[in-house]
Amino acid sequence: MSPNNSQTLDWLHIAARPGMQSAHWFGTDRLGRDLFARTLAGTRVSIAIGLAASVISLLVGVSYGAIAGYIGGRTDHLMMRLIEILSGLPLIFFVIFLTVIFGRSEYLLFFAIGAVGWLTMARIVRGQTLSIRQWEFIEAAIASGAGTGRIILRHVVPNVIGPVIVYATLTVPQIILFESFLSFLGLGIQEPGASLGTLIAEGAGEMEAAPWILLVPGSFLAVLLLCLNILGDGLRDALDVKDG
Amino acid sequence: MNNILLRVRDLRVDFGAHAVLRGVNFELSAGETLSLVGESGSGKSTLARAILRLLRPAQGSVEFLGLDLLKCPPAALRAQRRGLQIVFQDPLASLDPRMTVGETIGEPLKIFEPGLNADARRRKVGDMLQRVGLSSEMSGRYPHEFSGGQCQRIGIARAMILSPRLLICDEIVSSLDVSIQGQIVNLLLDLRDAGMAVLFISHNLAVVRHLSHRVLVMYLGKLVEIAPCDALFESPVHPYTRALLAAVPHAGGAAAPQGRGGLAAPAQLAAIGELGAPGELAVPDMIASGCAFRNRCPYALPVCEADEPPLLEVAPGHWAACHRSHETLNPLSLRA
Amino acid sequence: MADMVPTLSVDGLRVSFSHRNGNIEAVAGVSLQIAPAECVGLVGESGSGKTQIFMAAMGLLAGNAQVSGSVRFEGEELLAVDALALNRVRGSKLTMIFQDPMTSLTPHLRIGTQLAEVLVTHRGMPWHEARTCAGRMLERVHVPEPKRRLNQYPHELSGGMRQRVMIAMSLLCEPSLVIADEPTTALDVTIQAQIIGLLRAVRGEFGVALVLISHDLAVVAGLADRILVMYAGSVVENATAEELFRHPRHPYTAELLKCMPDINDARLARLPTMAGQPPRPGEMLEACPFAPRCPRAADRCRAERPQLEGSSTSQVACHFPLDS
Repeated sequence: MSPNNSQTLDWLHIAARPGMQSAHWFGTDRLGRDLFARTLAGTRVSIAIGLAASVISLLVGVSYGAIAGYIGGRTDHLMMRLIEILSGLPLIFFVIFLTVIFGRSEYLLFFAIGAVGWLTMARIVRGQTLSIRQWEFIEAAIASGAGTGRIILRHVVPNVIGPVIVYATLTVPQIILFESFLSFLGLGIQEPGASLGTLIAEGAGEMEAAPWILLVPGSFLAVLLLCLNILGDGLRDALDVKDG
Repeated sequence: MNNILLRVRDLRVDFGAHAVLRGVNFELSAGETLSLVGESGSGKSTLARAILRLLRPAQGSVEFLGLDLLKCPPAALRAQRRGLQIVFQDPLASLDPRMTVGETIGEPLKIFEPGLNADARRRKVGDMLQRVGLSSEMSGRYPHEFSGGQCQRIGIARAMILSPRLLICDEIVSSLDVSIQGQIVNLLLDLRDAGMAVLFISHNLAVVRHLSHRVLVMYLGKLVEIAPCDALFESPVHPYTRALLAAVPHAGGAAAPQGRGGLAAPAQLAAIGELGAPGELAVPDMIASGCAFRNRCPYALPVCEADEPPLLEVAPGHWAACHRSHETLNPLSLRA
Repeated sequence: MADMVPTLSVDGLRVSFSHRNGNIEAVAGVSLQIAPAECVGLVGESGSGKTQIFMAAMGLLAGNAQVSGSVRFEGEELLAVDALALNRVRGSKLTMIFQDPMTSLTPHLRIGTQLAEVLVTHRGMPWHEARTCAGRMLERVHVPEPKRRLNQYPHELSGGMRQRVMIAMSLLCEPSLVIADEPTTALDVTIQAQIIGLLRAVRGEFGVALVLISHDLAVVAGLADRILVMYAGSVVENATAEELFRHPRHPYTAELLKCMPDINDARLARLPTMAGQPPRPGEMLEACPFAPRCPRAADRCRAERPQLEGSSTSQVACHFPLDS
């Protein structure tokens, strides 16, 4: 998408301002790498992390919540208590702990973020499940001889998936922010890789001398988050209409 | 009646502290249409769900083809379900909004006849749709595209696709327009294969009259009268049954007892008081001793407060739970 | 009689709802009149528009409703009048009882408060006096232990009792017209009988005009002087109750009467039915809306929509009414 490579160092234009003549439209960073290219690469990484973590938390959260909500009783009670305990744990320490044990890697990042995101997802799904469990079509399915697994998979999940998908798209921004935060702290993606978080971290350091190094990834992040929010709204409307 | 399909013994269901079913006993034979009549609070819907083990009774047994459904392991229960089906009151709510009509009707086939390939299943679903008066092209549509009456036909199709031995109908026409009710009831009569029994739950006495072989009347969780259909309507014994029949409005012509039609004169029903709200004195305390109906009964005697009347046979096949069932009581009027 | 101002006069009322896919017409040009102290039954199935007529009169239509025509209450126009003027009339002289008393009573306010509020708002009565009046009205509608009930919340009362409270509320300011929209549909049969009896007594004692809307002809039979039958947004028959039952003129009325199974009839093999189903709202055509289901339908019925015509005692909207 850009004429420049995100890794090439352009010795002629170190920390250069954005401009047309230098062929670096958004300027370069302090090592002379084209900022536009880097930001694009970083955005790609951030989206990948956001999506992957979202999918993990979706899969885990939906299964957990649907099972807890449908089976109810003591099982539900226990499962919810477990979630409460896990939510109480400080997030950052958990990630630091994992990083210390497993070393830094992207996959660890996916896992860590996803492992945290599923908690709220599970709660939402459980709430939705509780409300549709009263509906007669669930009773009808039981009366037709369907087993618990079949009911959860074929009847509960498709009917709670609407708000869940919407919530999932809305959590992607949160995840990206969280990843950015981790990277900012030095726990996530490291050089020479880039994510929006690392870029912003770099930019923060150069704020006075070369503000564009911060502004470019910063505004990309803001626009990305805005787009995801709008997507979430749109999905909600689209899914609701089918229900109505 | 020879072939007993369903035998319910001493069924009790509690919702917390509140006793909704307080010991129900009856039998249903193959090929019989048994109607269950009662108003809100009678426990009739709870009875349907208890029979299907959709909720946990506190006590009692439900024997279907000899097997106690309440005590058998879940796998055995599920195996029995193919012979015991239900159609619910709210046609739209009983259909999964995310599944097409064809998938909904075909689901029992998927569960009980997994060997059937997709084409065979599709054909069976199409046939069933036609049998209930819809067209097989509708199988790809979703429930919200259909009217109430059509949804109810779909519900019946789902229940009938495995040719059950017993079909429970829980107020299946109550939420439908009058002009559609007749269609659904007639459909049921048409589909009633030889040997299929129907437990028809309804508060609509007129429909019940046209449909049933026998009628059970429930009040506050107990059976108060059991009788063959005509006997119940022509010579009801229990005061509650008599009140219920007197209260039914009819748009009669010249033959109607009140002339133009409408309801029994208010004086006749003035004696019938009102059930309190749940949680208020009336319900739990009223059934603490004696007959549950005594506070509203125009014929109540001191013995009614002291002893709960047992269900006794007053005529062949006709049972009533009333201390005064052997007397010829005056037609319902002010305090007899 | 001719110069007495009708309590309610509806003229060419049309109500339609704007929807994504176009307009849905719920009421297709309805005209009717209700004389003082008259009891009129309005019968129809779902989609007939019977409730929307009176929602229009009370100004309770949904936001996407479009109304045209006129609704005059005691000579004064009600449509397109501002909320202030409407509030003077509704709740006091023109009141309504709804189908589900659980949702029409405010759950978090005591009964006494809700009743007294009516008097305080419309009559400017002080609270204490209003509560006393409310208690007296509860007695008149035969609510047992009225003083105790005043202090209770709606959920502590049974369905029938809540409906009595609604009736009491509607009578507090001595209305000229009470609209009862399916008042007994949500109630048990035995309670229904009592509520209908109460409405009959109330009519006698208070001399109010009463509109009883129902899908059940039998319920209306015992109470109404005149019955209007509605189908797919228009009035198809308007006759005295006696005439309607003895000699229905519109095929729909006749079919409806046949469809209603009577518990006094001997058992039939099959219930009488009507083919097809009521048209969905919005399926308004140039033809007679009942033609697809009518056993007497002819070409003219499918081409031309019949108008309501006849004498002052009996009107019918049919090209081939049953007496011809």
